[in-house]
Amino acid sequence: MRDLRLAVRAGGGFGLALAFFLIVVVLVPFAVGPEAAVLARIGPGVLWVAALLATLLSLDRLFALDWEDGALPLLATSPLPLEGVALVKAAAHWITTGLPLSLAAIPLGVLLHGEGAALLWLAGTLLLGTPALSVIGAFGAALTVGVRRGGLLLSLLVLPLYVPTLIFGAEAARRGAEGLDATVPLLMLGGISAGSLALLPFAAGAVLRINLR
Amino acid sequence: MTAPVLRAVALAVARGGVPLLEGIDFALRPGEALVLRGPNGAGKTSLLRCLAGLAPPLAGRIEMQPDAAAYASHADGVKAALTVEENLRFWAALHDRPLAEEALDAFALRPLRHRRGATLSAGQARRLGLARLAVVDRPVLLLDEPTVSLDAASVARLAGWLREAHLARGGVAVIATHAPLGIEAPELDLSAHRADPRATAGPDAAFL
Repeated sequence: MRDLRLAVRAGGGFGLALAFFLIVVVLVPFAVGPEAAVLARIGPGVLWVAALLATLLSLDRLFALDWEDGALPLLATSPLPLEGVALVKAAAHWITTGLPLSLAAIPLGVLLHGEGAALLWLAGTLLLGTPALSVIGAFGAALTVGVRRGGLLLSLLVLPLYVPTLIFGAEAARRGAEGLDATVPLLMLGGISAGSLALLPFAAGAVLRINLR
Repeated sequence: MTAPVLRAVALAVARGGVPLLEGIDFALRPGEALVLRGPNGAGKTSLLRCLAGLAPPLAGRIEMQPDAAAYASHADGVKAALTVEENLRFWAALHDRPLAEEALDAFALRPLRHRRGATLSAGQARRLGLARLAVVDRPVLLLDEPTVSLDAASVARLAGWLREAHLARGGVAVIATHAPLGIEAPELDLSAHRADPRATAGPDAAFL
């Protein structure tokens, strides 16, 4: 709750990620030309990559702010275990980033000549995949907390870990848009989200504990 | 004689893998406080962090109920975007405690309750950090230089709160400070416990 309120009140991250998403998507037609057939084909992939980069933007603030003002050791001595802190942080990050990005993907998809069913597939796969992005990102943020210029290192660490989510997310969105059977990539995407939700908060908590020493 | 709330037995503390302190023994019974003394870099903060469970001890052991300690570091953990009251409410909710008005009164925060953290002065932020301790209401207080940036009236308020609201109700406190606090408490001079920095490295050495 506090992180939600903080994220909204501090402005910054919340609107910034959305605006970044918007700009990247708007830039694509300028780069590849306005041909409707091309845009419709690359649309889901472009939106997935843009969403992934946009989630990265606000990640480095996830634990760094609490580290700087000294709240992290206080959280560590509170009754809530650090694993719980990591999970709540990831959830707050998803609600302020992944959720609005998934919803914004529908109007932005129209810009890339997406059509009804394709747009729904896109938003659906983003909804299913972005929780994984937030949790993996929270783990990366926990790893790099306290590191100077940790944001850059965080991107380098986290982006490769995003690859499976991206592959299956974009694949499911593409197959859905083309009317093919998308069950397998959807299951894989859901599996990645569920698996990282179940495991990574523990990893993040352990890493935070080591970083606090 | 009542059992100690907090007891350190042959405790050794390291910082960054370098042994700092060794042979620290003390026991605090309900209502007792201990003042840590020592020059800068003596290991006061490291000892407090170790007692708070943030860093593992190099040797020896700490006897304390789990989740009994509240730690206050140099930084106050005040969120700039939240008001004074929201800051305290967050910690109260996290510790599952009601937000006691006495906590606001004890550190004269009532006139500031709707001010945002960003607009507080250093001393006001410190008072908010201390009020957090009153809100979470834990039996063991670990205070790292609590008087820094406080004016004389606030130091007296802190001493009064410690004496009457905390120690009198059976709490204990370990306080690292350079300034006289006005509390009757034995002192532990850490320079007498300095460890040989070249001695065995910490448990991380092999890993790192």
